[in-house]
Amino acid sequence: MTEQGLPSAETLLATLTAQMRAQVTPQTGLIGIVTGGAWLAERLHKALGIAVPVGTLDVSFYRDDFRDRGLKRKVAPSTIPFEVDGRDLILIDDVLNTGRTIRAAMNELFDYGRPASIRLAALVDRGGRELPIAAQFIGATLDIPSAQSIDLEQADGGGLRLVLQPVK
Amino acid sequence: MFLNNNPQLNKNGELHHLLSIEGLPADILRQILDTAESFVGVTQREVKKVPLLRGQAIFNLFFEPSTRTRTTFEIAAKRLSADVINLAINVSSQSKGESVLDTVANLSAMQADMFIVRHAQSGAPYLIARHVSPDIHVINAGDGRHAHPTQGLLDVFTVRRYKKDFTQLRVAIVGDVLHSRVARSQIHALTTLGVPELRVIGPKTLLPSHVEDLGVHVYHDMAKGLKDVDVVMMLRLQNERMQGAFLPSPQEFFKSYGLTAEKLALAKPDAIVLHPGPMNRGVEIDSSVADGKQSVILPQVTFGIAIRMAVMSILAGN
Amino acid sequence: MKIHIKNGRLIDPASGTDATQDVFIAAGKIVGIGGAPAGFTANRTLDATDLIVCPGLVDLSVRLREPGFEYMATLETEMSAAAAGGVTSLACPPDTDPPLDEPGLVEMLKFRARNLHESHVYPVGALTIGLKGTRLTEMAELTDAGCVAFSHADAPLTDNQMLLRALQYAATFDYPVWLRPQDAALARGGVAHDGQVATRLGLPAIPVTAETVALSTILLLTRETGARVHLCRLSSAEAVNMVREAKQRGLRISCDVGIHHAHLSEMDIGYFDPNCNLTPPLRSQRDRDALRGALADGTVDALCSDHTPVDDDAKQLPFGEAETGATGVELLLPLTLKWAEESKLPLVTGLARITADPARVLAVDGGRIAVGGTADVCVFDPARFWKVGPDTLKSQGKNTPFTGIELKGRVRYTLVEGQVVYEAA
Repeated sequence: MTEQGLPSAETLLATLTAQMRAQVTPQTGLIGIVTGGAWLAERLHKALGIAVPVGTLDVSFYRDDFRDRGLKRKVAPSTIPFEVDGRDLILIDDVLNTGRTIRAAMNELFDYGRPASIRLAALVDRGGRELPIAAQFIGATLDIPSAQSIDLEQADGGGLRLVLQPVK
Repeated sequence: MFLNNNPQLNKNGELHHLLSIEGLPADILRQILDTAESFVGVTQREVKKVPLLRGQAIFNLFFEPSTRTRTTFEIAAKRLSADVINLAINVSSQSKGESVLDTVANLSAMQADMFIVRHAQSGAPYLIARHVSPDIHVINAGDGRHAHPTQGLLDVFTVRRYKKDFTQLRVAIVGDVLHSRVARSQIHALTTLGVPELRVIGPKTLLPSHVEDLGVHVYHDMAKGLKDVDVVMMLRLQNERMQGAFLPSPQEFFKSYGLTAEKLALAKPDAIVLHPGPMNRGVEIDSSVADGKQSVILPQVTFGIAIRMAVMSILAGN
Repeated sequence: MKIHIKNGRLIDPASGTDATQDVFIAAGKIVGIGGAPAGFTANRTLDATDLIVCPGLVDLSVRLREPGFEYMATLETEMSAAAAGGVTSLACPPDTDPPLDEPGLVEMLKFRARNLHESHVYPVGALTIGLKGTRLTEMAELTDAGCVAFSHADAPLTDNQMLLRALQYAATFDYPVWLRPQDAALARGGVAHDGQVATRLGLPAIPVTAETVALSTILLLTRETGARVHLCRLSSAEAVNMVREAKQRGLRISCDVGIHHAHLSEMDIGYFDPNCNLTPPLRSQRDRDALRGALADGTVDALCSDHTPVDDDAKQLPFGEAETGATGVELLLPLTLKWAEESKLPLVTGLARITADPARVLAVDGGRIAVGGTADVCVFDPARFWKVGPDTLKSQGKNTPFTGIELKGRVRYTLVEGQVVYEAA
């Protein structure tokens, strides 16, 4: 537990790794959603011994709130360094909430090809879904007040931790 | 007496119109270049389209014909899933009564979200930007001799791809600077991004009287001007200026200012060569250079689409 | 009608007067200054406490837009604007449509103006027929019709032989010739001063040499012919230096500067403000400072409004396509006051440039307040601020670079030949 009463991100990552181990092959494509999901994907890729390189998605160009919020300052390029067609994929995100980011990510993925399947892994599921989306792998289910956001942070050494902060 | 706020920025200091590179903070230029970097990734995919501007109406408003530029904006808009409406406004029908502002008022009533404006008169996009409703964005696609900001941006994007650090560069712009909106945009982009030594090379007839005030060094001799430069930016010479009061003949221009392998050898060995196109081979540039290994002229065209996607999506979101 | 202007500060540059003195008017003439003449009973008394009483202003260039450009402005609107600006005598250039090149047109203009019972209108006739630069106009006939001088306005006169002949002919009868120096070829295609701003904005440029090359030709031909020449709208430091030198050498010339050029420079174009597209172009700050200095030392004889009402259809265009010129007859007084104050000049000197001096150029009665003289008077509040804008301008032309700017000095009464032709609400 952290000082904010949150579980340790590293512990949750270990839980997630354990859940996923039996469900992947060296050919499964892991795709992290920037930025938190991409850090997790890197760690899971190493821990699960996946052969194909890890992919990252920045879903900025697919968001449905673009009209209200505009484009964020720094959009990272999406890189999918493997063939998507016919492959089993796992999307990885840090916090699962409304499901809109996952919707955007799936739309973007289909612009790269037609995967055999897509599953979803999230470190934290905080509920509040607005779309019919569910994760197959979950580190923890937490009840977070809507006035607060929960974010994943990466320390200089690469260690991960969860932080609560008021919604801006 | 329009020394009021920069008409390109909204009250939060964000880009609302793109009219000129002059006066834009380096941060905004970098944001555009970084965003374009992501769009280069998109344009290399099998599906080259993203849904970002779905449902938005973008009008190509070309008061001066240019198939090339219009097409790159059209491709960029379509890759952002916007609806593109092309309007070639005949200059003769213009003079028959409907003013620029009437045209723009009519189009605004058609629920336009963005205007891409090309006009033969310097400053025309400013007039339009001043008169459109506040939710419409205007992009200058070339106005008179004044500015061609997306071309300037794609040129610095190309330079950054090959040269990384602007603050270590020596850049030469060669040819008809006087009549060139591209040159003015390149100069502002390069100086804003911190290029320490910028040169312009050309005969006195083709350089503006106060060009030094733009922060450049003037050369009339290619051999001196190209010495040790990292980047050579060639400008297009319009046909009507090749013979007459500005120059005696295209051959004589080529003799003094055409870029040949021999002259390019005076630049650094890894210098790159840019040209905004379309090229006059044998006038501004020799084919062996245009098609040679130091030429980045074709990549410029590819990057042009990503830059325009970046500008449109940043504006639409602000 | 007998009028008593009471308690005002009378400033009359012609006599050097600057003192609190009453002015008495009867039958269109000034009949008393300081004390009333015997038996004077006023029909009307104008209280000028805290106000300045000066001669009605004399403006050397006001475009009334008639005939030919009535869609931009009419005689009625522009004459009422002149009255509101305190201008009681105005010269109008011949660049109407058709140009003022035959006596009938001039007579009609004079007749229409006279019927309005406002300011005195002094037409400047065309120097050549149709301002085309090929055939002389009938200058004697035009003079009889009421022309006070002959000019080519802003139309090019490219043939120097023609210019020489025109000056010779005019000199024969001592008709004044008004010329704006601009070499048409050097100015060709240009829309802005060849300087820093045109370079930055990519505006086709007009070099200073377009003015000085033409000026040097005019000065040489003036010396050769002995013509009485007035130079209009000088815009550059070099040009006023040339005029200063020529005057020192005894050449019989005079010259004026437009109010915009005394205050603005190329920098004011800002982001392509078409209101700053003027003829001649706004030049550098150094040029503007030289014009202001030359106005102060008297090298430049007069300030004028170069009033040019332009409608929105012709003005709200890209900079280079916009018609040149700005509305100005109502700004002449406040902008002159502003220049005089900023130049630390006494009011009597400042006001001379829009009263006695231009009246001397015109060679007409006016521009002074003297017993026995015509009662053309301007009474203004020197401390009153007002904001320039479509609502505060009477002229049909609302195009001015000063829109939205607060200026100091507002006319209270304008009198022409002893009649109150304008009275502030």
